[in-house]
Amino acid sequence: MINLAPHISVKNLNVYIGDAHILKNISIDIPDKKVTSFIGPSGCGKTTLLKTFNRLLDRQNDVRIEGQVLVDGEDLYGKDTEVTHIRKKMGLLSQRPFPLPMSIYDNIAYGPRIHGIKNKKKLNELVEHHLRSTALWDEVKDRLHSPATRLSIGQQQRLCLARGLAVEPEIILGDEPTSALDPVSTQRIEELFLQLKDKYTLVLVTHILRQARRVSDYIAFIYMGEIIEFGLTEELLLNPKEQLTKDYIKGFIS
Amino acid sequence: MNIRIVKDKAVKNIFLLLTVSSVLLVVLIFIGLYYKSVPILHSTSLSHLLFSSEWKPSKAQFGFAAFIAGTLWVTLIAIVIALPLSLLCAIYLSQYAPRRLTRFLNPLIDLLSGIPPVVYGVWGVLVVVPFIQEHVAPHFVEYSSGYSVLAGGVVLAIMIFPLIINILGEVFANVPKELSEASLSIGATQWQTIKYVLLKKSRPGIVAAVVLAISRAFGETIAVLMVCGNIPESPHSVFDSCYPLPALIANNYGEMMSVPLYDSALMFAALILFVIIFLFNAGSRIILNRLERRMN
Repeated sequence: MINLAPHISVKNLNVYIGDAHILKNISIDIPDKKVTSFIGPSGCGKTTLLKTFNRLLDRQNDVRIEGQVLVDGEDLYGKDTEVTHIRKKMGLLSQRPFPLPMSIYDNIAYGPRIHGIKNKKKLNELVEHHLRSTALWDEVKDRLHSPATRLSIGQQQRLCLARGLAVEPEIILGDEPTSALDPVSTQRIEELFLQLKDKYTLVLVTHILRQARRVSDYIAFIYMGEIIEFGLTEELLLNPKEQLTKDYIKGFIS
Repeated sequence: MNIRIVKDKAVKNIFLLLTVSSVLLVVLIFIGLYYKSVPILHSTSLSHLLFSSEWKPSKAQFGFAAFIAGTLWVTLIAIVIALPLSLLCAIYLSQYAPRRLTRFLNPLIDLLSGIPPVVYGVWGVLVVVPFIQEHVAPHFVEYSSGYSVLAGGVVLAIMIFPLIINILGEVFANVPKELSEASLSIGATQWQTIKYVLLKKSRPGIVAAVVLAISRAFGETIAVLMVCGNIPESPHSVFDSCYPLPALIANNYGEMMSVPLYDSALMFAALILFVIIFLFNAGSRIILNRLERRMN
């Protein structure tokens, strides 16, 4: 069905939280440098699936994960896998923005500093570059050293995107990244996603069908912990093959 | 008027009354202590009371400097020992420890805070005092009985240890986990995340925990009284005995009627304690507000 080289390859993934079987035998290939959206009703497991990609899920208690998630061919859940370099490959945007408790500048410089960049000039360049690429530079250039929490929530989300981009990831994960934002901020984030997909692989979780349609190349419909259908955006939305997908798109299941 | 509206108003006013009266109690205690201290304040100047270490009740010499010094020293030592340990312990419990372990350790820590102070005192006398006398003090001073500032500080440290851990546990739990995840998702290690995000975000809470612990330590009486020697002289080293204010009050309250002005002197000791704790809390409140404002 999809013949592009996969960037993330999920094989027979099962996730249990306590006794609940949250993800059931998931296999999916996320194509490189495309936008892939997971859609589905609340509680279907789409966020859980996203969180298995950067190994944040297994920080919770009582989580059991079986199967494989390969990123560039490397198994995330292998015995000797070192998680920090995998997480560095993936920028994360959460439902609400969580700026770190420091200045705007330090939020962007946080990642590069952690990975060993100390040169002031280099850091300044990085901060400016990433604030520009998220269209924040003109709005914040005069107050780089004021706390990031003083920004509007839309600006905060773009700051979080810039913070993730500053460590030069390959993949951007978005967990309903616009659900707390107003329509204008949402539009700006969506525009950014469209610009970013030339360079990055984007995986988004969304419950807004129109958003999935606007930004994504591929859509996977997830229902009750299973992938029901996965395909090109237009194909899946206009001509779904499965009855469940049809029902969801028409609004019968939510 | 509707009966339930009347009830609603009545409840509101009763609660207001209860709140005001409990706050009023603090004011009344202050007034009571001040009233009782008036005789000694009339006979001796305030600066003499606070800065002289002459303590001869039978000759009407009342200088509290040694007691104040004793209180501050013991508290300082206790915090210096307890804070780093409980900070590391709380970090481990909240960030690293598997849940099986915390399920077992948390009740144990709660138990520590439930042990009566006198038991800590006995343990101090039987274990800490001889240990200091035989194994620690000889390396530093010629002679120490072991009943010392250090013994008081160690016992007190262990008593405030569970208090600080509990508060810090709450403080860390209140840091949104998404904030840590944001840091981790950039490729930071757990330790980097703790250092740069968790501790930074928790700074006001850590200050609050220390403040509560210090307030508690100032007032702790019986356990400290049992191990710090109770000699009314300013300590020159941590191996000297000292005599904190609460111990002074507790030890002499029974016989205060036999010596003129003694009762007033003891009430003044209580007043000093009250004022120290009040000023300390007020000061830390200001620091906390400033910290919180800087973060938001």
